[in-house]
Parts: sequence; structure tokens; C-alpha cells
Amino acid sequence: MGTYIPHTKQDQIDMLTSISQTWDTLLSTIPSNVRLKRELNLPEGLSEFEVYHKMKAYASENVVFNTILRGAGAYDHYIPSVVRHLSAREEFVTAYTPYQSELSQGVLQSIFEFQSMMASLTGMDAANASVYDGATAAAEAIAMSYERGRRTILLSAALHPQTIEVIQTYTQELDVTIKMIDTVDGRTSIESMSKQLDESVCAVLISHPNYFGILEDVKGFRTAIIDSKVKYIVSVNPMTLGRLANPGSYGADIVVGEAQPFGLNLAFGGPYLGFMCTSDKYVRRLPGRIVGQTVDSQGKRAFTLTLQAREQHIRREKASSSICSNQAHCALTAAMYLGAIGPQGLKEVATQCANKAHALASKLESIGYTLTYKQPFFHEFVTTTPVNTALIEQTLADHSILSGLILDDHHMLWCVSETTSDDKLDEIVAILKEVHHG
Amino acid sequence: MAKLIFELSSLGHQAVTFPPSHLPSVSFDEFENQGNIDLPEIAEIDLVRHYIGLSKMAHGVDTGFYPLGSCTMKYNPKLNEDVASLEGFAKIHPLQPLWSVQGNLKAMRHLQDALSEICGMDEFTLQPAAGAHGEFTGMLIIAAYHRQNNDLKRTKVIVPDAAHGTNPASAVMAGFDVVTVKSNACGGVDLDELRSLVDENTAALMLTNPNTLGLFDPNIKAIADLVHEAGGLLYYDGANLNAIMGLSRPGDMGFDVVHLNLHKTFSTPHGGGGPGSGPVGVKTHLIPYLPKGSYLKDLPTLESAPSLSIGRMRSFHGNFLTTMRALTYILFNGKGLKDVSMNAVLNANYMMHQLSDVYTVAYPQTCMHEFVLTLEKEKDQYNVSAKDLSKAMLDHNMHPPTMYFPQIVHEALMIEPNETESKATLDEAISLLKQLHQTMIDDPSYLQNAPYTTPVLRVDDVLAARVPILKYHKE
Repeated sequence: MGTYIPHTKQDQIDMLTSISQTWDTLLSTIPSNVRLKRELNLPEGLSEFEVYHKMKAYASENVVFNTILRGAGAYDHYIPSVVRHLSAREEFVTAYTPYQSELSQGVLQSIFEFQSMMASLTGMDAANASVYDGATAAAEAIAMSYERGRRTILLSAALHPQTIEVIQTYTQELDVTIKMIDTVDGRTSIESMSKQLDESVCAVLISHPNYFGILEDVKGFRTAIIDSKVKYIVSVNPMTLGRLANPGSYGADIVVGEAQPFGLNLAFGGPYLGFMCTSDKYVRRLPGRIVGQTVDSQGKRAFTLTLQAREQHIRREKASSSICSNQAHCALTAAMYLGAIGPQGLKEVATQCANKAHALASKLESIGYTLTYKQPFFHEFVTTTPVNTALIEQTLADHSILSGLILDDHHMLWCVSETTSDDKLDEIVAILKEVHHG
Repeated sequence: MAKLIFELSSLGHQAVTFPPSHLPSVSFDEFENQGNIDLPEIAEIDLVRHYIGLSKMAHGVDTGFYPLGSCTMKYNPKLNEDVASLEGFAKIHPLQPLWSVQGNLKAMRHLQDALSEICGMDEFTLQPAAGAHGEFTGMLIIAAYHRQNNDLKRTKVIVPDAAHGTNPASAVMAGFDVVTVKSNACGGVDLDELRSLVDENTAALMLTNPNTLGLFDPNIKAIADLVHEAGGLLYYDGANLNAIMGLSRPGDMGFDVVHLNLHKTFSTPHGGGGPGSGPVGVKTHLIPYLPKGSYLKDLPTLESAPSLSIGRMRSFHGNFLTTMRALTYILFNGKGLKDVSMNAVLNANYMMHQLSDVYTVAYPQTCMHEFVLTLEKEKDQYNVSAKDLSKAMLDHNMHPPTMYFPQIVHEALMIEPNETESKATLDEAISLLKQLHQTMIDDPSYLQNAPYTTPVLRVDDVLAARVPILKYHKE
């Protein structure tokens, strides 16, 4: 049985004696009516060797696919060795929120660099130090947008379904009205939005690309949102910004998203990395930690947590969000990833994702699949399938390929990343061709 | 001061490249990015040196003593990291078919059952991403429960004045009005005041026990009964669970909902601010309200929701790898979790006792896992603040305690040594704190101007907030 307690029995006796206590007196402040009068019903502790093998046995019961054609909010990208090694540095891993700036310049600077990268990528003025994930980032952006007398939000029906669910959860006890913007052929309808824009609306949220991988008319939405009191919130997969115009360039007020594609494992859904960027105008409405640049007593450049008057530990019930712990280590990892691949690498990854997805789409079309929506897409797309989707999933799984996501019996949402080779695409199509001939 | 990563950039460098692909190029026409992407261009060796340089300007538990009260900065076992990097956990897509993730489901069930036993609860959800997210989850559950019972006037959540700031903030996010109950002279909830506040409008009482002063509330049963009799529920903030594992359970104290901080009590690392994990435990009557995406008995898939679910709190199933680290820790310790808590209590009392001849302990009685000093007297006599003393510790490889919290104690320093620190480390810290106290008397300006040896000296926080510079600007 292991322990991480460094005391010997003698240490404990010495310490108790020196403070004139016994174990009994020490623990006597717990009243007997709430004292646990038995041992915990857990097994004895195990050795490190035994624990590792027990956990490895659990891990071995899962299937690790060699090829992953499923995205839908979680993306398989190559994680460079240098990112894995650097992010494992113990000083980063075992620190907490950098409250003591003089002792935490390394953590603070890494967050400042992350903020700078995200702000630059999205074309916005500022970013926060992260929130829990992309879905909660969207919900927090909604919370930033409320104005006196304006509590209606318009959500694209082509947002990730889980993002819609999280926003519903976050707003359920508040005086907020959610209205959905319809889609036409998989694309969010500007007309449907315009019809619902009235003086009660405080925010419009769309995703670009959307859940179906389709590119939205992001400029058209900006033009159609005439009222300056309505915040235009865009959720992006930041990987696509290696190719797509940044949201700042088309006038987004708040940009949010899930930055898991930047060097984070699929990890069965977490920990991931929600990011939030905005213009100077709304910076003081951002939730969570923000790092700012300042100077020390000698005038030297220094970094510190700043604009803390927004936060729960100062404002308590008047804070706009209760977030305290965030996803700092994931943000550090994402910044390392972007540092490792650089602007050319990001462009390359984005380009390969898009090219490969389009290649798979046309190859699938050649064997009887049809693109469900006739719209421009990035690296995800929906097909109507000639055979039952469950059969497709099973057949590809037999070849260690995770198929696209089953939407229903005859619709599948595919995703291709740079990790799937050109040749592999041919192999996938050959396997699928057999399915409906067989 | 280190250069910023952008200042190391030089055109044409790229640490990592990708295998070539020869497929037709897609063009995005009006969607295409026309400008440059402003990211640094760096060779791998320079990237490595940059981040190693930054890591040397950070202080983790592995660097030195970190008695940051309320945060439980215990040792983070290396085993946890090895487990979290197992391919069978790390490379699993969250939307894989259920037959391909059976190991994850079994491990989640194992953890949920273990946490239920440790806390005396009936079921846990692993979905919440951090403690505050767990609080928000719990508050939504409480709101949904009262609505289901058609008990619509319960709009009030009572929170002690010593509570974490997240408590009132989370309650408000769930639509409640917050009412503050004062602490009594012994640092517990003032029962008389609580009696006057609890009524038919009370939705819940949020409580940390032991509280933020490190004191176990002797009236906890009476408090629980008072709230329950009025029809309210009890919410347990599990930030301080490290004090009571195997000794007392929130469920037995009468709590209906609890959240835990796996990154505190269960040794998953704090990561420079996160990711954490904030599982929420409930008694049977609240299981139907748990969030969608939880792994619950009798539900066919991870995507189904219990009958009265509050809905989804975040995407997918929580900070999964963090939860696997916690399970690793629980397997390693087993029943020995009780020793963890006992030694956490021992270390806190040892430090408190040894310091009490020089410093003023705000509530000088046997504490649990942490205690609070007040430097009010020192501030008056020597004009040395809790912040000044903290800054002086930075020169000695010791992270200061939590400063200015709880707010009910003036010039507060909240010390949580936790069980993974040796007697030698505690003795060293005690001797440093005593030495600094003497310096306070002899040469207060030494503390007022500290630190002296850190990469940067006293940082100007006021300037940072007055003129926000939140991203890199090219010179």
C-alpha cells in the first residue's frame, strides 16, 4: 500500500507531542453526531505497479482507432513531440493560478502569449485566459451580451447541438428568451434572423463553419444586423483560421470556440479549451482570468492578472460569471502547438484538412453517396448514404477506422484531418464500395 | 525578463512540418483569409529554450512549499500523469460508439461509486469542469427541484460571509438572490442569525465545512435540521474535503448536494490555473435532475438525460483525463484516504501552534486542515501588510498563503500546509515566518519593498488595470 505522506510514525508522535495533542484530541472538533464511526468502504490502497495495471486494464478495454473520420466538436490532429514534452514541465503542471505575479512570470507570460495568439488569429483586440470548453464559451458570450431591456438571443439552428443545450442550461433560471434561426439547405438563414430581430434582441450567435461543416454567410449577417446594440457572436473552429478570413475582418463583436484542435488529445471529450475574444469595447465584460502587461518597481516589463474587478473573488454575487479555475494548462499547450507549427504550419494543416475532406466527399459521391447540402464546406460535410449508417460504422470499425458520426439511418457527418493520408482515402472508399456491393 | 515568443520570431522558421499531400486544392473565394497570420516563426530548439526559460520563472508544488489556503496544493503523483497519457484514454473520441468505450464507462462508474462512498452521497456526475462549475450545476439542480415541487417562492440562497466568492456568484447564475449569514465569534455560522433568515423563501444554504477558517462547524447538524425543516436544501462546497476523508461525510452531515474539486483533494495537478474537475454528488431524491452527458445507472447511453435533468453543463462528459487521475489517486490510497486527512489536520495544527507565539491566529482553536493568521496588529504597529509579508516569502522559494481571504479577517493569511509536506519542510517554513516577523520589527522597509531576487520585483498591478495591455503589439 502506497502513501504520499512523508511522515514516519515517530514524526507524527513528535509533532503531536510538541503541540500537546493526541490524534483523538486533534480530531475532537468533529462532533460525534457526524463522525464516521467505521472505515471507508474502499479497498486497501495499492502499490503504484498495481494501480498502473488496473488503470491500463480499463484503458485497454477501449478501442483506439488508427484512422478517425469523426469530428463534430472533437478533432484528431497530430500533436508534435515537442508540445507533449514541453507542456509536461512540472513547474507548469504543478502551479496554480498565478496570484503571486513576481513568482509566476513564466505562467503569466505564457498566458499573455496565448491571449495574443488568439486575439491575432481571430482579429480581435483581446482574449481571456480560457474557459471550460467551446460550448461554455458560447454560453458565457451570451451572458456578456445582456443589456437593459434586451434579453432575447437568436441562435443558429446549425450550432453544435451540445452548444445549444449548454446555452439552454445556462439561461434556464434567468429571464432570457432563446429563439432559433432556421437553416435552409444546411445554412443559417439571414432572412429568418432578420424577421426575428427586434428591440428585445441582445445577441446573434452563429457558428462558422457550422455543425454540418458549412461556411456561413458571415459578412451577410454583419450587414443584416443593423442595430448596434445587438452583439454579433461567432463561434469558430480556430484551426480553420489557417485559411478562412478572421472574424475581426468581418465585424464580429465576440468570437468564441473550442481550441482542442491546437495540440490537445481527444481524451474522450476533456479537458478541452474554450476561448473568448472580443473588441476593446467589451473587454471588461469578459469572464475569467485575463493577464495584462505592466512594469515592476524598476520599470521592467512584467505580467499580472488584471481587470480583476470583474471577477467572483472581488464582486461575489455581482460577478457575471463564477468561473475560477479555468483550462490554463490547455491554453499553454495550445500556445506551444501554435509556436511549433507557426503560421505556415497552421495554413498547411487547415489546407490539408480542407483538401482531404473535399477529396473524400467527391470519392464518396463516385460510389453513390450524395452531399446532403449543396453548400461550401471546410473539412466536415454531411452525406446521404446508400446503405444504413450503422453498417458503415461497423464495417469501417473492422478496419480500425472510426467512420463519420451517425446523424440518422441515412445521414453521416464526416470529418477529415491532416492525419489521414492521401492513400488512406482511397482505401476507405474501396472498403465502402464493398459494403453496398456485398 | 524573457523575450516574448513573438520577439523570437524570424521569417521562415518552423519547428514542425507535415507530410506532403498531393490532392487538388480547394479555394474558399470570398471566405479566404487575405491577410497574414501573425504567429511566431521559430526553430524547435528556440521554442524549447523559450518555454524552459518560462518554466524557470514559475513556482509549482514540485518547486517548493505551496501552502495556498483553500487550494490544497498537495503533491501531484507522477503516476497520475502516466495513466492520463495511456493511449486507451487519451486517443478516444468522445462520440465513439458505446461498445468501443467500455473501459471508460467502467472507470467512470468506479470513480463515481468511490466518490459516493467518500462523501456519503448516492450518485455523482463527472460532468462539471471545475469547482465553480459544480456549484452552478448544484444550484441549477436545487432550482429545478423546488420548481418540480411547485415550490416557486424559494428564491433565496443563504451564504456565509466567510464563503468562497464563487458561491454567491454561482447562486446568482442560477437565478437566486443571495443572502449573507454572519459568522459567530467562534468562526461558525451564527445560529441565531441563521434562524432569523431561514424561511419559506429559502431555497438552500451553501456551506463549506470545515469552513474557510479551517474550522469544523460544531453546530452542523443543527444547521442542517434548521434548513431542512424550513424546506430548504443543503449545498456542500467540497473545496475543503481534504480535511475530513474517512472522518466525516457531507452526506451524513445532512447535505443534499456536494461538489468536489478533484484538482485539490484528489491530487490532479492545478496546471497553472486549470483544468480542474468538479464532480457533483447528490442524494437519491436529486438523481433525476443530474446533467445530461452524465454516466448514470439505468440510462441507455451517455447522450440520454435523466427524467428531470437540468440539461447539459458542457460538451461531452467532463474533464475526463482529470477524472482518471483522481481515480488513480483513490486506488493508490484506498482506505488510507483517512490518513491523508488526519495528516493534513496534523500539519495544519502543528504549523498553527508553532507560529502562534509570534503571530496572531484569527481563531485560536484546534483547526482542521488550514488556519488563518491576521496581521492587523503588525499592519498597525509596523505598517507591514499581509501582502508585504507574502512578497518577502517569494525570496525563499516558498509560495505565500492565500492573502486577504476570508474577507471577515483583516490582513488575513490563510495557510494550508497539507499532508504531503514533511516535518522538515514545515519547520523551515515556520522558522522563515518567525525570522520575517523579527525583520518586521527591526526593518519594516525590508518587507515593504520585497521581493528582491525574483525575475521581476514588486509588480505594478494598478497600472495594469488602468492602462490594459492585453496582447503583444509589434514595436
